[in-house]
Amino acid sequence: MRKVAIYGKGGIGKSTTTQNTVAGLVEMGKKVMVVGCDPKADSTRLLLGGLAQRSVLDTLREEGEDVELTDIRSPGYCGSLCVESGGPEPGVGCAGRGIITSINMLEQLGAYNESEKLDYVFYDVLGDVVCGGFAMPIRENKAEEIYIVCSGEMMAMYAANNISKGILKFAQTGKVRLGGLICNSRKVDNEREMIEQFAKMLGTQMIHFVPRHNDVQRAEINRKTVIEWNPQAEQADEYRTLARAIDGNDMFVIPKPLAISELEKLLMDFGLAEV
Amino acid sequence: MLDGTKAELTERTALRINPAKTCQPIGAMYAALGIHGCMPHSHGSQGCCAYHRSHLTRHYKEPVMATTSSFTEGSAVFGGLANLTTALQNIFSIYNPDVVAIHTTCLSEVIGDDIPTIIKKARDEGKVPEGKVVIHTNTPSFVGSHVTGFSNMVTSTIKYLAEKTGKTTDRLNVIPGYLDPSDILEIKRLLGILGVSSILLPDTSGVLDTGLDGNYTMFPKGGTTVEDIKSMGDSFATIACGHFASHAAATQLENQCNVPAGFLELPIGLTGTDRFINAVRQYATIDIPEAIEEERARLIDLMSDLHQYLHGKTVAIAGDPDHVIAMTQFLVDLDMKPKYIVTGTPGQFFERRIAEILKDSGSNATVKQFGDLFEMHQWIKNDPVDLIIGNTYNKHIARVENIPLIRFGFPILDRGTHRLFPTVGYTGAKRLIDEMVNALLDKKDRECDEQWFELIQ
Repeated sequence: MRKVAIYGKGGIGKSTTTQNTVAGLVEMGKKVMVVGCDPKADSTRLLLGGLAQRSVLDTLREEGEDVELTDIRSPGYCGSLCVESGGPEPGVGCAGRGIITSINMLEQLGAYNESEKLDYVFYDVLGDVVCGGFAMPIRENKAEEIYIVCSGEMMAMYAANNISKGILKFAQTGKVRLGGLICNSRKVDNEREMIEQFAKMLGTQMIHFVPRHNDVQRAEINRKTVIEWNPQAEQADEYRTLARAIDGNDMFVIPKPLAISELEKLLMDFGLAEV
Repeated sequence: MLDGTKAELTERTALRINPAKTCQPIGAMYAALGIHGCMPHSHGSQGCCAYHRSHLTRHYKEPVMATTSSFTEGSAVFGGLANLTTALQNIFSIYNPDVVAIHTTCLSEVIGDDIPTIIKKARDEGKVPEGKVVIHTNTPSFVGSHVTGFSNMVTSTIKYLAEKTGKTTDRLNVIPGYLDPSDILEIKRLLGILGVSSILLPDTSGVLDTGLDGNYTMFPKGGTTVEDIKSMGDSFATIACGHFASHAAATQLENQCNVPAGFLELPIGLTGTDRFINAVRQYATIDIPEAIEEERARLIDLMSDLHQYLHGKTVAIAGDPDHVIAMTQFLVDLDMKPKYIVTGTPGQFFERRIAEILKDSGSNATVKQFGDLFEMHQWIKNDPVDLIIGNTYNKHIARVENIPLIRFGFPILDRGTHRLFPTVGYTGAKRLIDEMVNALLDKKDRECDEQWFELIQ
């Protein structure tokens, strides 16, 4: 079983990219479980067709600790399995603790057992690793390969660099490695070249450049992944390519995070260059 | 345990071994028990509350009642609103206290539960019966010590309850500090002789020292009543004993109700008690009655009679900062030599104040705030002392180094009577001298060569 976590700046499209990629993988016949690690619990909407899924923590709150796997795991598009950690409402409690609780519970309930015959588990983690809880998926070898979704925008790269620092820290004691950057294009000047260079400097690769396309938005409105909504769409092929690239990936590195000055220089070099 | 400490000193920054302090909520729970009809409530997991209750019981040898929010995994994630609301409803319907005094725990502090909002919501929903009081204080144990928690609870009690009507009463507030019920009784006795009417907060006498009369009451007769706490805002002055345990509360009352405050140390020993009596005299504009003069003279007589056994004796003192500061002063009064002075409670004031006390004494002491007993033991191994003064946790050092230990402060878990005999006032000073001299002479009688074994000392 390959254990994958998707990180990236808030709003960059982690959940959209994850679900569309997972759609590509399940279409290939892989068995995939997606674990949404975001208190907003919106990581599996496209796979579930917008079905309101009861989160692990809602179930825990309502049922107590006597929870069954079927209470918290729902079948989604093409045999994918969907779990949402959920969490407290904004301003109370501890969302980070929620992630820890929920992943522990999945383990206890045997969601990762051999008998489940999973090919992949994907953790979709909220924007910034603000506390230990949000680092849970990369601690204790829960996820072993990380993909960072970013774009050519300054803050997205800044966040990607920060997340690399987190991976570096946990890589020293565990098996977690960076698998690559997924560029979710924002149509920034020289974006592809800049992210390729950025990836190279981090010691990794840009595993795929996902062009911006309105079909993603159209599919989202229909509560579907692009592959499900329109299998013939160009964008569907982009996600299939990304899924194949991840499936065939064998480049797993301990990242070398950049100093801020290096990152700024990169932006100057590419961002201000003639298109 | 006994032989684990090595003499060689190494640099330590993060780690504390035998830390000479405990959790904030223990202090908060103890302070809350000094309010009449009060149920202390621990907002956290059950283990916190169970430990704090048993720790207090081991020192006071009395049942300690307290309730808990009984956090589970779910409360840690979603916050403690639901549990605290249910707790308040249950506490008032089952135990019916006058006051519920909530303190937080590490867990509820880390998740950041907003206690005032939860209390307000419970009130709005009718979960708190009319006329009942709910107060709270924040007690994260990763800050300060049990003394901080005690101070926080006393300060919050005043913040919630003290009122100024504008009509000053003839009563004096005394915030006595983290003392045993016997000490509180002694302070009340002295105030009685001085003829000054007073309000003590907290007052654990009659709560944690009750007699065995065959009847059990969950809320005994003792404790400061809500009515009295309210009227503290109208008292003519406040005397607060102890920088760490009491001064914050007196400052709060001064700012809130404009009650002038006198900031003293604990009335332990000759100088400490003199300062207390003198402060009462000045604020209440009274003359010192002859009975007090006589008590003091008896202490002076004892100090002079037994001076030969005590002067120049070296002492290691460890414990809570207010107690250690007052004890250091008393040892200086006795011409003894405080040599190692440690508190586990953090606060630079401690070292500054000890330095002031020792300035003219010729004592060259090693002083440490936020220290631990392990390090003090290392100092003793390198250069021993004649006497150790501190709580039960010092008994390992005392045994392995064969140094007499005078049990003093909180907690005393391995002896039964300390809580019943005051250490404050001239009376308390006499008892401390009694213990010190007897301990030193017992050791001499046990160990000296026969030619020094005297019938008469």
